[in-house]
Amino acid sequence: MKNSIGVELPDNLMNQYHYQPFITTKFDYPEISRVAPVVRINTNQSKVVDSLDDLIKENVKDGMTISFHHHLREGDQIFNYVMQAIINLGIKDLTLAPSSLTNVMNEMVIKAIKAGTITNITSSGMRGTLGKAVSRGLLKNPVIFRSHGGRARAIATGKIKIDVAFLGVPNSDEMGNANGMNGEAVFGSMGYALIDARYANRVVLLTDNLVDYPNTPASINQTQVDYVVKVDQVGDPTKIGSGATRFTKDPKELQIAQMINEVIVHSPYFKEGFSFQTGSGGAALAVTRYLRQAMLKRKIKSSFALGGITNSTIELLNEGLVNKIMDVQDFDQIAATSMRDNKNQQEIDASWYADPFNKGAMVTKLDVVILSALQVDTSFNVNVLSGSDGIIRGAIGGHQDAATAKLTIISAPLTRGRIATIVPKMTSITTPGASVDVVVTEYGIAINPQRRDLISYISKIPDIPLYSINELAEKAVDIVGEAQLPEYFNRPVGLVEYRDGTLIDVINQVKI
Amino acid sequence: MNAGERLRRTMMFVPGNSPAMLKDAGIYGADSIMFDLEDAVSLSEKDAARTLVYESLQTIDYGEAEKVVRINSIDTPYYLDDVRVMVKAGIEVIRLAKTDTAEMIQQLAKDTAAAEKEFNQPVGSTKLMAAIESARAVVNANKIAAASPRMMGIALSAEDYTTDLKTHRYPDGQELSYGRNVILHAARAAGICAFDTVFTNLDDEAGLIRETKLIHQLGFDGKSVINPRQIPIINQIYEPTQFEIEQAQEVITAINVAHEKSSGVIALKGQMVDRPVVMRAQRVMKLAIASNLVDEEGNYLEK
Repeated sequence: MKNSIGVELPDNLMNQYHYQPFITTKFDYPEISRVAPVVRINTNQSKVVDSLDDLIKENVKDGMTISFHHHLREGDQIFNYVMQAIINLGIKDLTLAPSSLTNVMNEMVIKAIKAGTITNITSSGMRGTLGKAVSRGLLKNPVIFRSHGGRARAIATGKIKIDVAFLGVPNSDEMGNANGMNGEAVFGSMGYALIDARYANRVVLLTDNLVDYPNTPASINQTQVDYVVKVDQVGDPTKIGSGATRFTKDPKELQIAQMINEVIVHSPYFKEGFSFQTGSGGAALAVTRYLRQAMLKRKIKSSFALGGITNSTIELLNEGLVNKIMDVQDFDQIAATSMRDNKNQQEIDASWYADPFNKGAMVTKLDVVILSALQVDTSFNVNVLSGSDGIIRGAIGGHQDAATAKLTIISAPLTRGRIATIVPKMTSITTPGASVDVVVTEYGIAINPQRRDLISYISKIPDIPLYSINELAEKAVDIVGEAQLPEYFNRPVGLVEYRDGTLIDVINQVKI
Repeated sequence: MNAGERLRRTMMFVPGNSPAMLKDAGIYGADSIMFDLEDAVSLSEKDAARTLVYESLQTIDYGEAEKVVRINSIDTPYYLDDVRVMVKAGIEVIRLAKTDTAEMIQQLAKDTAAAEKEFNQPVGSTKLMAAIESARAVVNANKIAAASPRMMGIALSAEDYTTDLKTHRYPDGQELSYGRNVILHAARAAGICAFDTVFTNLDDEAGLIRETKLIHQLGFDGKSVINPRQIPIINQIYEPTQFEIEQAQEVITAINVAHEKSSGVIALKGQMVDRPVVMRAQRVMKLAIASNLVDEEGNYLEK
């Protein structure tokens, strides 16, 4: 069976996982049912327990699904601590369902797979040694890749049933009131973890900072929490996020940023009250600075900035150029601590941010988004999951979700070293071209031919070289030559869901 | 100034031994790209860099940019191969480092002509320019500028020059004022371009703006740049104002009216328009178009 973007989907897989093929980025008004978690009634005066092992023994059984969040990024010290304890107890056949996997977790996941502790994974993505191992067939069952909005949808509709969620928090009281804004391991918004706290059957908070009861403001509250575990350290603050995300000096990134800014400023969306999401890449951050100048010059203010937040967005908020920040995660310390002090920086959960199957996610109100790409094909489809060698080295994040914005700009260098970014055929498809409007490279831009309106606005800008996407792909070939596609075994190692839960692509095991 | 002459506001140095920078050099909108085989390249890499620049010129599309190469000075063993290989590659301009005398340019012109014959390039197609890097060169600037019909321009290279003067560079540029004026006059007297030296402190944007405003006021065609980030800053200073553009457009309209009437006298608002005014108007329009300040119909675009 083929989906609407021409990807051949094996029938046996479709049946086994009850998948429908991807058809469209648009939805009607379907009715769905949300699931409710099992609640074990608790009247204890304190939920603090001493022994993580006892807790695991009592609550984690063979075949269950466990979850973690990735707000602590490369500074996370919870995942490895809990997983090691689970491996030691000889528990088998678990499904690992974190919001995403960071490099610091890689070796432990590999160890748990080899021990038979983990036999299924669903994640936003994976990188480094784990991505390589999975791409080469380490895990028997394919990993299911879901966007942040897709994960929230899957959890709310019961596709992912979390038995036990282990959530690291920088503070909590004895009953489980916690937030991400205070303490050593401050990470700001805990937008992804809030879904786990709401839907998991058992919720375990791990903290190095037990504070007086009642702890406010509480992002996760005591009605959701079963246990509180005191640990030595939740995370390494120097690795959770950089001190302040730095402004790039790379002329190529600045070139791309300037062009993105021109596209935005000349689009019909750049007007009073527009909204935007920029993400954390070098070029995307630089765009924020150029946008600031353009907003000052044209006397325009933004109604809200969305998504992953950095200090450059905070600066716009403090300057009054952005009215509200709708914050699902924070990429640096300034953004993380700012949420505590600024009532206009609203913590939002992954569903509010991006879930396609709720009564309205923020992304549906989003005007402009800048997203990155490992590869873009000549139909404007984007790959953020696998490299040119076919090896998994990325994460969907909010890519598919935010790409539904009114103006979706993909920021990508035409080539990275000797590897072309704009290619006729990618190693996997993450985000359908139907939701992508403009691709910006250091050489020039290409506009999705379906957006005739945008072409008429943007082709008038004299500073911007406008190409067709095929011309950009040819330009890349001129520079780095024709690339060979990697060779694969006929064995799926990854299933890429679109945000609505249909199947958009299958990633096979590589031969290298 | 000849109205047909191209704009040369920025001449960007690109190290001849850096594949990544050679690959991307065309995307930043430099009017001229100067591939450097001289100071940027260590002795052990001279041959490799020459080959790399040759291959880049065959492979990479540098668009509208003028392609210049800075070759090793005439007293080095690399000089002659630099000339031959770059002429073979079809380079547009050869820039000779440390040009002290007119004889050096005449030697280069001779060697260039020989290389053009050797590699079947049209004889005379390769232009030359001289880097003025010493007190002696400044004293000889008039002769150097007029040394060959191939001469396209002369450039001040301030680092060696200030050392030769027994000083160094200061923020206000007083130490360069004589040299700059000499070079500018030598260039204009010979009917060629004048380029100012690089501004080396990348983090001092205010300093770059100050220095560029000065050399723009003096009359330099442009400035050498060492980082693409400097290009838009310099271009902005060379942008004509809306008033200048509108004035230039009036002058050009008057020229067209005169042409239609087959009249030799160009008149604007009852006044005769002199030749220098016409030439200035043409240059303003060229800058306006290069700065994307007017559309195809000549309408002023608000940036």
